[in-house]
Amino acid sequence: MERAVRLKVNGQEHRVLVPPHRTLLEVLREDLGLVGTKHGCELGECGVCTVLVDGEPALSCLVLAHEVEGHEVTTVEGLATDGQLHPVQRAFVESGALQCGYCTPAMVLVTKALLDRVPEPSGEQVREAVAGVFCRCTGYVKILEAVQAAARRLREARA
Amino acid sequence: MLRLPAFQLLRPATVAEATHMLAELGPQAAPLAGGTDLLPKMKRRQLQPRYLVSLRGLRELRGWSGSPEQGLVLRAGCTLAEVAAQPAVRSAYRALAEAVAVCSNPILHRMGTLGGNLCLDTRCTYYDQTEHWRQALGWCMKAPGPRTPEEVPCRVAPGGSRCWAVSAGDGAPALIALGAKVRLVGARGERVLPLEDLYRDDGIRYLDKSPDELVVEVLLPPADGLRSTYRKVRRRGSLDFAALGVAAAVRQDPDGTVTSCRLVLGGVASRPLVLEEVASLLVGQRLEQEVLERVSEAVYRAVHPMDNTDFTVLYRRRTAPVHVRRALEALAS
Repeated sequence: MERAVRLKVNGQEHRVLVPPHRTLLEVLREDLGLVGTKHGCELGECGVCTVLVDGEPALSCLVLAHEVEGHEVTTVEGLATDGQLHPVQRAFVESGALQCGYCTPAMVLVTKALLDRVPEPSGEQVREAVAGVFCRCTGYVKILEAVQAAARRLREARA
Repeated sequence: MLRLPAFQLLRPATVAEATHMLAELGPQAAPLAGGTDLLPKMKRRQLQPRYLVSLRGLRELRGWSGSPEQGLVLRAGCTLAEVAAQPAVRSAYRALAEAVAVCSNPILHRMGTLGGNLCLDTRCTYYDQTEHWRQALGWCMKAPGPRTPEEVPCRVAPGGSRCWAVSAGDGAPALIALGAKVRLVGARGERVLPLEDLYRDDGIRYLDKSPDELVVEVLLPPADGLRSTYRKVRRRGSLDFAALGVAAAVRQDPDGTVTSCRLVLGGVASRPLVLEEVASLLVGQRLEQEVLERVSEAVYRAVHPMDNTDFTVLYRRRTAPVHVRRALEALAS
């Protein structure tokens, strides 16, 4: 049954009429117009629909919009502040860590979640963090470099 | 886009309320925990429950208690990431820590639950496909579309009368090797049973429980010197289900003589395959090359996978003894 759901996305409250079978991915893209979150396999395999729920990565294609009421959702649109890219986004641009760009929003978000938890990750921790998101341009080396560049950038900003 | 079919979402406040809802609604309802197995299957119309009973808000299903000395209780709503990070699991029940760490990928670890992993649907090349794919083939016994299961053959063994879908979860073999029990709560009461008794050798009715019964707890016995490990064969290092899972647990005397051993395989049968006779070859022996050779031969004779998952069936049969041996070698060193 359709009901009004209160969603907090990128710090902003939204009230959306949603039936229970609609996923967070569908509501973000189709109701809120936040098309930075991509749809890929829609079966929980490719990871490109990743968003952060309470700061942790989650696959929005497998989360019901009704189930995230009361939780904080962050999409790639929520990272830049005052027109300035987030340090993780800047590191991806400067490292050339994208080709087609389709997996980039998810890669950026899993990187942010990792670096919020582990400011100085090992190579293994970085590879594990991005393991759930598939890049089909095979640009992983640049992506791993971008994560380390982002980590340095964030540490310098804190110092 | 692959969209979910319409359903009603019910949110019980307690486990008791959830089991009563499931009992009342019967087969048209399904419990929803992490959703990482159920929701893709609903998108592909393999399952189409009209009601989902959400277990996510149930505090009773979160957390753990106990210790390796007393035995550990893990509640079924723990995420796989929480289980993998649990200090007692990491130190004393290694096979479980290793199994959940290689289950799917790190994002799904934070979504999927321990209970959901143990109740994972069985898998098959002919079943885990979109509705159009399965319709084009004329459906299969496990998901017969508009027909009845009796009218549609199993596509893997069309001459037979059963479904051969495979148990491919990582948690179950590890926990069975560790001697775990599970507590089930249903509308009419609760019961505790050895985890291996939860599974049936049937691709369709793969769990020996009624639809209203929920797995609420996993009970691990005191570790008592048990050493264990888990190995997994899959095409990619992330995400893929087990084409083969090997869980091994041994207890040894100070001189290295094995006093007890459990070997359990995933990915080769409709239920986790407990290799009791093979394991008995190790009792009273040390983990030495000659013994491991005999064990390998016995594993090859005991494993008969069907051609319904990734990799060729011959490769899967030949690789099972190799990985059992490597698991035992790891425990010997």
